[in-house]
Amino acid sequence: MDAKVELPVTEKPKLSVRNLNFYYGHFLALKNINLDIPDRKVTAFIGPSGCGKSTLLRCFNRMFELYPEQRAEGQILLDGQNILKSKEDVSLIRAKIGMVFQKPTPFPMSIYDNIAFGVKLFETLPRVEMDERVEWALKKAALWNEVKDKLNQSGAGLSGGQQQRLCIARGIAIKPEVLLLDEPCSALDPISTGKIEELIHELKVDYTVVIVTHNMQQAARCSDYTAYMYLGDLIEFGPTSELFMKPKKKDTEDYITGRFG
Amino acid sequence: MSAMTSPASTALHSQRLSKHRARKRVNAIALVLSLAAMSFGLFWLIWILIETVRLGVGGLALSLFTEMTPPPQAETGGLANAIFGSLLMVSLATAIGTPIGIMAGVYLAEYGQKGWLGSATRFINDILLSAPSIVIGLFIYSVVVAQFRSFSGWAGVLALALIVIPVVIRTTENMLTLIPSALREAAYALGTPKWKVIMTVTLKAARAGVITGVLLALARIAGETAPLLFTALSNQFWTTNLATPMASLPVTIFKFALSPYENWQKLAWAGVFLITIGVLALNIMARVLFRNKH
Repeated sequence: MDAKVELPVTEKPKLSVRNLNFYYGHFLALKNINLDIPDRKVTAFIGPSGCGKSTLLRCFNRMFELYPEQRAEGQILLDGQNILKSKEDVSLIRAKIGMVFQKPTPFPMSIYDNIAFGVKLFETLPRVEMDERVEWALKKAALWNEVKDKLNQSGAGLSGGQQQRLCIARGIAIKPEVLLLDEPCSALDPISTGKIEELIHELKVDYTVVIVTHNMQQAARCSDYTAYMYLGDLIEFGPTSELFMKPKKKDTEDYITGRFG
Repeated sequence: MSAMTSPASTALHSQRLSKHRARKRVNAIALVLSLAAMSFGLFWLIWILIETVRLGVGGLALSLFTEMTPPPQAETGGLANAIFGSLLMVSLATAIGTPIGIMAGVYLAEYGQKGWLGSATRFINDILLSAPSIVIGLFIYSVVVAQFRSFSGWAGVLALALIVIPVVIRTTENMLTLIPSALREAAYALGTPKWKVIMTVTLKAARAGVITGVLLALARIAGETAPLLFTALSNQFWTTNLATPMASLPVTIFKFALSPYENWQKLAWAGVFLITIGVLALNIMARVLFRNKH
């Protein structure tokens, strides 16, 4: 790849990636990535397994720092501030950038406490306001009607799709600005997937959403912008309709038409 | 499908059949051998249980819990002081050993997976885990009993705690490493500080397993004789003072069972019965807890 990739986004970027290299030990997993993720839009990362799309996503909330052998070089700007070199505590950055994982990860506590857990980390709310916040988050995640009568039951008792929406509710309850979704539907059946996709559509009114997906139809259905990655390179990035209808690169075309990958 | 009847496929079929017969033979041999091994183990275990019940039930009476250990050839007498001593020392040892064990287990699983301190601690803990309990008894004898020039309940508590700690460390570490890293990451992704992730998410998720470990450790020290012989010694009388020698069920059983006196032997069997039932109850509790979790 050339050093400078054309940045097709004309809208105001929420996250900007500049000259990002990422290493697992000595292995270079992301090669000089440059990318602008627009504010309040859905951006999808697609590409075959091992192409680095999840790695890139995990840079945005510095999740890789949990593992000492992983490191990132370059810049990731959130509203112009470099979060990789920030003096700010990583907890405060993560409060602004929420994440939902491939497999649902309800905490071993009640549905209510699953939502309240994150809120309590950053805010001291009286009981009434906390109740309101929990209800608000569960409504936002389209789960309220299914769980409103069993808020004190364990989150582990919900179905996979409900658990995943619980995790999304937990993520938005702390009012982040960006929501990172790492293959959020890969463990779900088509009906739950449909609900989550609907939800993604509604979330972009308030949040910048970045989604990693293996499912190209999903990227086409619910994203505004799509990035195609291969072997640690960002091959092509652009508005989803353009990337799928008339890709500029041969590699992208081969991948989205299923001739490879 | 004419291919089914071709000579090549007939040859393949007979080869498959002979392979299959060989596998069945090996399977039958393995099954017989493992059944034999299992019945050998079960035979002794059931014999022990039957003997315990047969000889122990006879000595069961209310006086067992109300009267002190008697002199030889006395008419009456119970195990009250030994039962109390065992309960007191075992619960104190568990109370001391459990938090230390859990904290060290948390260190190994959450902080020191890679560093030299973690591996060194894990290695030493493995040695401690398999150390004969008599070695631990002698160690406490030399550092506590010999220094204070007195056998004491406290020395017994310390020796038992030293047995609890490695068991709890090992189970805590194992249970915590079983927690999927995605759950930890999800907690970190909300901006949770590390100590809070451990306290409210990972330890809580591993709770049933950790409690099981504590119960198993409890069951183990309830029957330990060797570490108490050189530390708490024994006491014919009722005492709640941990600074003095203290009676315990295992040591009393050891002393009474070896004696030629019939009343002592009878009490020893009653004590064996009590310990067996107690340990059995703890093991069942541990299993039920663990099953509910998984």
